[in-house]
Amino acid sequence: MNQENPAAPTPTAEPRPPRPVLRSVLDDTGIRRALVRIAHEILERNEDAAGLYLVAIPNGGVPLARQLARNLGQIAGVEPPVGVLDTTLYRDDLTSTGERPRLRRTEMPSAVDGCVVVLVDDVVRTGRTIRAAMDALMDFGRPRAVQVVGLVDRGQRELPIKLDFVGKNLPTGPGESVHLRTPNGEDVGPGTPPDAPLEMVVVPAASRERGGEA
Amino acid sequence: MIGQDLLGIEDLERSDIERILETAEHMGEIGHREVKKVPTLRGRTLVNLFFEPSTRTRASFEIAAKRLSADVVNFSPSSSSLKKAESILDTARTLDAMDPDAVVVRHAVAGVPKRIADVLEAPVINAGDGAHEHPTQALLDLFTVQREKGRIDGLTVTIVGDIVHSRVARSNVYGFSKMGAEVRLAAPPPMLPAAVECLGVKAYTSLREALEGADVVMALRIQNERLDGSYFPSVREYANTFGLDRAKLRYAKDDAIVMHPGPVNRGVELSHDLTDHRPSVILDQVRNGVAIRMAVLYLFAGRTPEAGSAVRRAGGSR
Repeated sequence: MNQENPAAPTPTAEPRPPRPVLRSVLDDTGIRRALVRIAHEILERNEDAAGLYLVAIPNGGVPLARQLARNLGQIAGVEPPVGVLDTTLYRDDLTSTGERPRLRRTEMPSAVDGCVVVLVDDVVRTGRTIRAAMDALMDFGRPRAVQVVGLVDRGQRELPIKLDFVGKNLPTGPGESVHLRTPNGEDVGPGTPPDAPLEMVVVPAASRERGGEA
Repeated sequence: MIGQDLLGIEDLERSDIERILETAEHMGEIGHREVKKVPTLRGRTLVNLFFEPSTRTRASFEIAAKRLSADVVNFSPSSSSLKKAESILDTARTLDAMDPDAVVVRHAVAGVPKRIADVLEAPVINAGDGAHEHPTQALLDLFTVQREKGRIDGLTVTIVGDIVHSRVARSNVYGFSKMGAEVRLAAPPPMLPAAVECLGVKAYTSLREALEGADVVMALRIQNERLDGSYFPSVREYANTFGLDRAKLRYAKDDAIVMHPGPVNRGVELSHDLTDHRPSVILDQVRNGVAIRMAVLYLFAGRTPEAGSAVRRAGGSR
């Protein structure tokens, strides 16, 4: 803000921009259906459900991975472990930011060696977060294979990374951002209750409030 | 807002301290991984510039930097030169020309890290200057208390020992006060600084009164190298009146923890038994020190200045 003249006082009487028109692309029912379908697809690809290990990328991946684990448990009778892996310290843009990004929780309940790790993220765009997640994962051991779930695939890849399981393909414009939110309009975060209904929304270019790193 | 340098706790806002503690909480987890290293500061160089001998703090910074993949250069120039101020700044300028991404400074004279920060491009982290401040020690103490007690706000913290010579005490007074704890200082009168009340703390010359209801008891090292013998009659008498053992600890709360910045003069500040066993948390402090220094390096080191603020320091060396 105020990049041309940092000394300028913050305008106090600036008219508030009209509330952004959010476009809902997946409601709670849609998300649940997609996660049931993806659970079936994961089992189709990996016959041995006992070797699966879901790893969520926070914050949005966490509730999705938990639901996916429950679905897999219902279908295959074995609920895979769910880990949480923060990718912040592995990001490739840490040198270009003045203020350091906040870290998020990492919690890997058991070893990944020999497992088929399924990374779960809410929105995938450039592929940089997935690249960081794969590097982070290797510091925890040697998985037998790594597969990736993206609830929303926005395209616009900047790295050679392909998703294995996609909830919805969603071509978006460059300035738009896509957020996984709770009904009160907040992005999913560490404090989101486990059973909160979720919704995926597109925030249009002009009214973007925060930089989604998706 | 986290600033350019970490020179003292006095300069930090409560929100800065909270941010550092929160970051350390996540950094601690890296020490439990199969590969205890993240690539965050890959290609960055940390200079440890220690004019005063130090094993523990330097090793802690070195391990923290290496866990973040930074390269570490240890530099320990002799500080015996007569024209100290001049040679120190020359040393600092020489180092700066090698483009380090952060410089950790320890010096026996208060204010030297600030003087060095004034001429360096790189961020400066104070690792102890004279009797002034030792901010990373206070941060690791705060972090240890938060982990042990679940909070800092509302606790009573009693610091016992050579307050007047202690940078650890000063940084902790600022740190615990800013985080909402009540701080008490207990020492023989010559070791209590004048007018401590203006820091918002209470001074006691009776250990028993100072310990009454304390949640945290922090013993300081009696620094024989800094004392000329006029501060107390004998080490034995100090140990009898201000040395902590289980009997004296009964005046504090039942669940009080005992801390010490190390190295402990066993049988002086702490009894042997207290040094080695709960409720003392001395080794946890050491362990937490690595996580805190990782957090500090993450937040302060190797940040590119924001576009448009190319001249970060008025009167800088370039």
